[in-house]
Amino acid sequence: MAAPQIVLGLVNGAFYALLSLGLAVIFGMLNVINFAHGAQFMMGAFVAWMLLNWAGIPYWGALILSPLIVGAFGVVLERLMISRLYKMDHLYGLLLTFGLALIIEGVFRNTFGSSGLPYSPPAALTGAPVDLGFMLLPKYRLWVVVAAFVVCIATWLVIEKTRLGAYLRAATENAPLVQAFGVNVPRMVTLTYAAGVGLAALAGVLAAPIYSVNPAMGSNFIITVFAVVVIGGMGSILGSVITGFALGLVEGLTRVVYPEASATVIFVIMAIVLVARPAGLFGRA
Amino acid sequence: MTIDRRALLGGAAAVPLLAGLPFNGARAQANNTIKIGVLTDMSGTYRDGCGPGSVTCVRQAVQDSGVAARGINVEVVQGDHQNKPDLASTIARQWIDRDGVNVIIDVATSSCALAVHGVVKEKNSIMLNSTGATADLTGSACNPNTIHWTYDTWMLANSTGGAMVKAGGDTWFFITADYAFGHALERDTTGLIGKQGGRVLGSVKHPFPGTTDFSSFLLQAQQSRAKVVGLANAGVDTINCVKQAAEFGLTRRQKLAVLLMIASDVHSLGLQTAQGLSLSETYYWDLNDRTRRLANKVKGDMGGAMPTMWQAGCYSAALHYLKAVADMGVAQAKAGGAETVVRMKAMPTDDDAFGAGSIRQDGRKLHPSYLFEVKTPAESKGPWDYYKLVRTVPVEEAFRPIADGGCPLVRT
Repeated sequence: MAAPQIVLGLVNGAFYALLSLGLAVIFGMLNVINFAHGAQFMMGAFVAWMLLNWAGIPYWGALILSPLIVGAFGVVLERLMISRLYKMDHLYGLLLTFGLALIIEGVFRNTFGSSGLPYSPPAALTGAPVDLGFMLLPKYRLWVVVAAFVVCIATWLVIEKTRLGAYLRAATENAPLVQAFGVNVPRMVTLTYAAGVGLAALAGVLAAPIYSVNPAMGSNFIITVFAVVVIGGMGSILGSVITGFALGLVEGLTRVVYPEASATVIFVIMAIVLVARPAGLFGRA
Repeated sequence: MTIDRRALLGGAAAVPLLAGLPFNGARAQANNTIKIGVLTDMSGTYRDGCGPGSVTCVRQAVQDSGVAARGINVEVVQGDHQNKPDLASTIARQWIDRDGVNVIIDVATSSCALAVHGVVKEKNSIMLNSTGATADLTGSACNPNTIHWTYDTWMLANSTGGAMVKAGGDTWFFITADYAFGHALERDTTGLIGKQGGRVLGSVKHPFPGTTDFSSFLLQAQQSRAKVVGLANAGVDTINCVKQAAEFGLTRRQKLAVLLMIASDVHSLGLQTAQGLSLSETYYWDLNDRTRRLANKVKGDMGGAMPTMWQAGCYSAALHYLKAVADMGVAQAKAGGAETVVRMKAMPTDDDAFGAGSIRQDGRKLHPSYLFEVKTPAESKGPWDYYKLVRTVPVEEAFRPIADGGCPLVRT
């Protein structure tokens, strides 16, 4: 009974990990709590739908194009609005991005309605589910776990092991100094925000064939994902990935033991972690 | 400047007259104005089935009622309760106390419906509920101020559930939305399954709103080995369940009973996924000439979407209410909600949405219900051509017998 639920928990955990990864990257580099992350996740799914229905571009194309398009939207947001708030308290960034999220959701709701649009998984990933011995897992869900895992590792490698990542980390510690070395820090920050937004959009495209593509799909996720980021430690990239997968598992198991509490269990854990380790499980105090 | 006595007296006489004029004018207008409040889900999971479309349908009813020709003004206001019962009752109170709303129509989401149900009784106002589903509104919780218009959980259980059991689906597992509506729908369907000799093997309740992944619940349903998996939820929740059930291949060995699904849900799912599902509604736009006429009138204002049964119910309810108002006069209609409801119950109903019908003493509006099967993509001729009629459940069988509801208004 528990083994299949653990696998399903991993699938949900993959989404939590991808979304909290983007949030952690943005918070770590920009010190902005990006509340528009859920809306950008939703936009990723909608852009995939538009690409398919308006331009005939299938899933695989959308997987690359949609994060680029939504990421470009992120560049505009960052340049026009968010960049003005870096010197102010976190709260202003949170309020701005929360407001943006409400506006974006409202526009999509008015245009596309609330019950959602159909989006089918690609032909290569449909068909008979994979037999894992103890359960039948749809091919598409297996793909989501693998894809999310690969993207998480790749992001971590870029930030921890490459020169670009080193610049990024240095810029968060002391931006003026890095700028003095001739690195264009504002541009790097803009691109970091775009990358974080692109990760959200990528998660959106991955989610489109599983969940109904509807304007509320992001806000359903985002509160949970914030809890994941808080538990993992704000800004900790590895922490948010591990916590994302782990909390997906916890939630999955709760659905067997006491399903009514499955929406709350993550917040109970968050409360406990905040009391015992205020900086989060992987955060630096 | 000198003022003579006559001018002074004349001016003094004119002051109260002038001051009084607009006041009397406003009161005269208010006395002839009926205010309808459409309280519904404008932003959440049920928006497409009711929401702005319900407002459009109520406005259409105002136009079709012809009350303007009798000098009656009708004002329509709208409110979004966001599926929160506390917000629903706050808006209802404000509307009745401060804004002079005379009747509240629609009230989606059973928990909100039950909250407003209490408010209208306390204030002697009126609720004409179209989208809320719980059969408790005309059962143990019934009151003289509410009419339950379009459908209810008992009717859904009886029509869709009954058809499933008759077709051999005698063991069930429920996936239920964890609030008033889901509980009522599971209870009514369980009652019916028991009566027809079937068994319920288990059920799982999912948090509402905010659940997007149903795979754990579907897996539990699969493991139960029940012949039928009953979905006692609605809107986006049901859409996600059906989508994910197809993904997990649940429908290969088990049957899915979508206990509440409406045309806008099918539109969102797409026929590829929704084909073959059995569902029950009391209105479908393509049922007959009259239903098509109503749809053609409103679809332009609804962005080309066809009205759902919830929206059509708002039309029908508003139309009948205005008939009663025209019959008894505005002043009397505004004097007391319960008295107006008595008049509405005494008058037969007839409209393009449901045809001829009536309202029972317990507040249940009566009309036939229909069991449909969702067409395959090949059978469908175009957008919104979604249903095949399988069976018409006649009026006398469609709703719970009045004696079984336990409504205290009914004298036995």
